[in-house]
Amino acid sequence: MTNIKNAVSITQGKRRPFEAILKMLIIVCSALTVLIFLSIASYVFIKGIPSISWQFLSTKPSVLRGTIGILPSIINTLYIIVITILIVTPIGIGAAIYLNEYSKKGMLTKAIEFTTETLSGIPSIIYGLFGAIFFGETLRLGYSILTGALTLSIMVLPIIVRTTQEALKTVPYSYREGALGIGAAKWYMIRTIILPSSIPGIVTAVILSIGRIVAESAALIFTAGIATSLPKGLFSHIFKSGSTLSVELYQYAANRGDNNTAFGIAVVLIIVVLIINLLTKLISKKLGGGNA
Amino acid sequence: MTNLDGGIVLNQDKKSFSIIGSTKTKSSVERVMMMIFVACGLTAVLAVVAITAYMLISGVPAVGKVGLFHFLFDTSWHPTAKNPQFGILSMILTSIVGTFGAILVGVPIGLLTAIFLAEIAPKKLGNAVRPAVELLAGIPSVIYGLVGMIVIVPFIGRMEIQLFGTDPAHTFTGGANLFSGILVLAIMILPTVINVSETSLRAVPNEYKEASLALGATPVTTIFKIMIPAARSGIATSIVLGIGRAIGEAMAIIMVSGNAVNLPNLWNSVRFLTTGIVSEMSYASGLHRQVLFSIGLILFIFIFIINIVLNAILKKGGEKND
Repeated sequence: MTNIKNAVSITQGKRRPFEAILKMLIIVCSALTVLIFLSIASYVFIKGIPSISWQFLSTKPSVLRGTIGILPSIINTLYIIVITILIVTPIGIGAAIYLNEYSKKGMLTKAIEFTTETLSGIPSIIYGLFGAIFFGETLRLGYSILTGALTLSIMVLPIIVRTTQEALKTVPYSYREGALGIGAAKWYMIRTIILPSSIPGIVTAVILSIGRIVAESAALIFTAGIATSLPKGLFSHIFKSGSTLSVELYQYAANRGDNNTAFGIAVVLIIVVLIINLLTKLISKKLGGGNA
Repeated sequence: MTNLDGGIVLNQDKKSFSIIGSTKTKSSVERVMMMIFVACGLTAVLAVVAITAYMLISGVPAVGKVGLFHFLFDTSWHPTAKNPQFGILSMILTSIVGTFGAILVGVPIGLLTAIFLAEIAPKKLGNAVRPAVELLAGIPSVIYGLVGMIVIVPFIGRMEIQLFGTDPAHTFTGGANLFSGILVLAIMILPTVINVSETSLRAVPNEYKEASLALGATPVTTIFKIMIPAARSGIATSIVLGIGRAIGEAMAIIMVSGNAVNLPNLWNSVRFLTTGIVSEMSYASGLHRQVLFSIGLILFIFIFIINIVLNAILKKGGEKND
């Protein structure tokens, strides 16, 4: 009863300086976030574009001629992407299928979910140490592209599992009931109904993994090493040491003090990140459009 | 395969359609496929077990040789001296202080941006801001390090000269110190904090907001008194994930934080647990190399604790929603 006066005052346009400040802060912080991204991207482009030339992209570094080229790193990056994806995609999809289609609520499911979660929280430097000692020393693969790819396979496994699982979840339940209802066995149903319907999600998972692989450096520097030679054979190169673009960037910036080259590589990396972002957008848009 | 398909494809005239016709082959294929899927699922379990085992096997012996107390509570790190010292207290404290600093700077900015995206921004503006956040998440950490090294470090260096001037007691770092490290880490955790907080703010039932507004609360009051408390478990999750990302980061901060083993002070050149491993791994051998794995083990234990906290928060959040 006594509060009627107060209640009225709420509806009137009372000045609230504290609230105005808070709202200001919200807008300033959001602007700051955008500004940070824009300034990093534009700074990298401005500093890096001058180092980029056809020779920069298409040759290997030569001490004799004093030229710098990043072709070996580009090739190494592609090698690691392809091998990692080849190893991890089947396993990741299999795990997602198990979790989504087969598993019952039990210890095993809980263990798989918990460890997948754990894997995504482990820092890349730990993967680097583990990869160096397990794949490199115990399995005697040494510093090689294969060691790096195997290490990264474990690292990106959670991305594949989780994204694929999300895709599997979006397949309507009626599809499964329909397939099972007309007598299809479970694997037959998964192969012919569930997997084809979730292909866009799986492609997204692969693209996201590629993004993570391209960006990775700490897990690769002690597993795939830092060599920059061009491949002598298609398959023998897998067992050779080779630095990816990110590792090469670190080498130029931190150990060789050549920031111009580092920024040149940074431009290439940022363009890759942009393309990956665009691709995932396109796929999810197509997917959304298809459902609507 | 035709046998398997036989039960389904109706227009095959080889035999009449029968659900039970090929049960035997069907069930054996089914069993094999299920085994394969279980095996795929177990890969993650195996990987975590293997990583844990290997970290313990390669990390524990060196701690035994150095002595647990000296290892954890001594600040003298002279791994290549004649009488080597392996005390990593400085690195442990640097990692803790650096992470805490990054959270202190990054979380408010990230949370407010998340509020903007979830509550305030018009749809079009939100759609312009969100890609920036997504791209921030995708930028490789070495690029953060590189830009930090060229932009943030000199800036902090000028600030250092302004502040300390001709102070003879101060060791000048040229800007490569804990301060720069914290700033770079704060930027790097932004996308994590923003994404997870925004999702949790969006998950708050609309009725809460409507009720609050209907009672006469202003939009800003509604956000801070209703939305944030309702989304607190998601926001807590975002902070814990940010801590995980910050404490595990190596390549970006090695380029900006000076890399000398010192106790954490904003203006000291410092070495984190992660950068301690990276900076010496390439030439370390013998006990020194083993100790680097022990540092990895300490980092792993930190991550494990963070994971347990994360699970506790998620569980609590889940119970609340039930």
